[in-house]
Amino acid sequence: MDYFAQQAINALQLGSIYALIALGYSMVYGVLVMINFAHGDVFMVSSFFCLLLLLVLPVPFVAALIIVMLATAILGVAIERLAYRPLRNAPRVSAIITALGCGLVIQNTTLSISPYSQRMPELFTPVTWQFGGVSISSLQLLIIGVSVGLMIALDFFIRRTRYGMAMRAIAQDRITVPLMGVPVNQVIAMTFAIGAALGGAAGVLYASAYPVISATMGVLVGWKAFVAAVIGGIGNVRGAVLGAYVLGAVEVFTVTVLPSTYRDLVVYSLLLVILIFKPYGLLGRPAVQKV
Amino acid sequence: MTRWFRQPPPRGVLLAFLVAGLAACFVIEQFGLVDDYVRFVLITLGINIILCVSLNLVNGWMGEFSVGHAGFMALGAYLSACVSVKWLAWGDPLWMFPLAVIGGGLMAGAVGFLLGLLSFKTRGDYLAIITLAFLMIVKSGLENIPYVGGPRGFLGIGNHTTLLWTAVWTVLTLWAIRNLVYSRFGRGIVAVREDEIAANAMGVDTRKAKLAAFVVSSFFGGVAGALFAHQLQFINPGVFDIVKSTEILVMVYLGGIGSLAGSILGATAFTFLSQVLQPLGTWRMVILPLILVLLMIFRPRGIMGMREFPWFVPRREFPAKEGKK
Repeated sequence: MDYFAQQAINALQLGSIYALIALGYSMVYGVLVMINFAHGDVFMVSSFFCLLLLLVLPVPFVAALIIVMLATAILGVAIERLAYRPLRNAPRVSAIITALGCGLVIQNTTLSISPYSQRMPELFTPVTWQFGGVSISSLQLLIIGVSVGLMIALDFFIRRTRYGMAMRAIAQDRITVPLMGVPVNQVIAMTFAIGAALGGAAGVLYASAYPVISATMGVLVGWKAFVAAVIGGIGNVRGAVLGAYVLGAVEVFTVTVLPSTYRDLVVYSLLLVILIFKPYGLLGRPAVQKV
Repeated sequence: MTRWFRQPPPRGVLLAFLVAGLAACFVIEQFGLVDDYVRFVLITLGINIILCVSLNLVNGWMGEFSVGHAGFMALGAYLSACVSVKWLAWGDPLWMFPLAVIGGGLMAGAVGFLLGLLSFKTRGDYLAIITLAFLMIVKSGLENIPYVGGPRGFLGIGNHTTLLWTAVWTVLTLWAIRNLVYSRFGRGIVAVREDEIAANAMGVDTRKAKLAAFVVSSFFGGVAGALFAHQLQFINPGVFDIVKSTEILVMVYLGGIGSLAGSILGATAFTFLSQVLQPLGTWRMVILPLILVLLMIFRPRGIMGMREFPWFVPRREFPAKEGKK
């Protein structure tokens, strides 16, 4: 039982990080109906931003979190402006290919600059508490707390503010909404900024929990988050969070039963099975095709 | 001169070129007329053309978006390696190697059939995700099979991929896909791209068309993988990752979708470009995707998108000459 509780906490921690990244995938898909394959690499780069920041200037955790989130948001907006906006009215395939290409550009640039994994300096000295046989570190609480806080803030933003309303409106009808005076470009840029900033937060949290970072993290971790977004129903913000915690649990409990090399196999098989039986994810609504 | 190229070639010219080309490959190989590096690049070129044309069938002519082609390559590579190293190692490469290549192709084709079944329910983005999941499953599946070496890879594969075999398979691929897309049945594949629902309403069996496209495409992907394995003589699951798939995508979209000549040009340009950029190391893999992005923004049709070099078009596609009516 203790073992189970311990694993549940690990699953929550992993799921929280996945959720932050998955939100970025899901928001962009919801607004633009486009898979932003570069998002995983944006997350990866954000932890390198964090590393650079700490090497230049050892700032406390909260400051690092905010600075990295800002820097990553700028990167996200830049990618949107340079690569995606010229293709907004192009065939959908062009946009997916471009996103894939952008991701690889970011990943391989990072790889060329830093060919080896980097060790992250400690951001935060965790304290560990024991509850019976279960140990919880303050870092785990912090990760779960920051993630849940950001998710609640995002949910509030999307459901209760004017900009959130504009985002939902663009998701529903991108042709009519600009006629109503909504600044579409601005709202889309902001969607990317928020998505990337959440990815940046995930980058900082991930780097403090698993302090060895490498350029392949975008594929190893970022794409798992993408799987989470798809499992939850891509385009659906709450679905992304649900999918992320489901995926975190599946991954952690897989390793308790099978050798850890089976983790990817199980995760991607789960994705395939879910897409076969529930093609639009757990909370997604089927897209109606109009003839 | 230019008018001459706008028409189908005189009868027999294409065949003459073909025979001359294959003979040249044989002679070059037999008498060692080129050094090992040039030979390596030429074989790579052939494999790349096979990969590019076969992916173009799904991504170009059928208009779907598959990122799983490296997965088919992996299946073909591993199965053919098993045949030539473990199951038929006693055989003479003369008949054993083609058998291994066909086996690899069939394996990939069978899995392509399953993936084609999945494409009935979903298309567009979700199909892209399914092919991505397929790629990841193949890669991590292979890493967990100790029989084929697991993550360390498959060692000691014989060097059976000759220039001649590569040329033969390249020609076979081009010929098969040309005949498929210009056939009555193949029009259905193109119709799926243009408008699936309308095609269905007109009586095109879109399910059959999709299955055929997936099976043929993955069969030749597997063939290319088999040739690749016997060229490098060492494969590991990490080779067949999303980067490999993206390389094939770059070739397809550089050359242009729905075009045989475009596929050849795209694969050729890519092969030589990646050789020229070799000294840049990993920066090479920054430049290639960057080319892809710039292409999508500034020239989404690639070099020859939706156009074809008339010599590759069957004679019956041209209007009959006035005198011969």
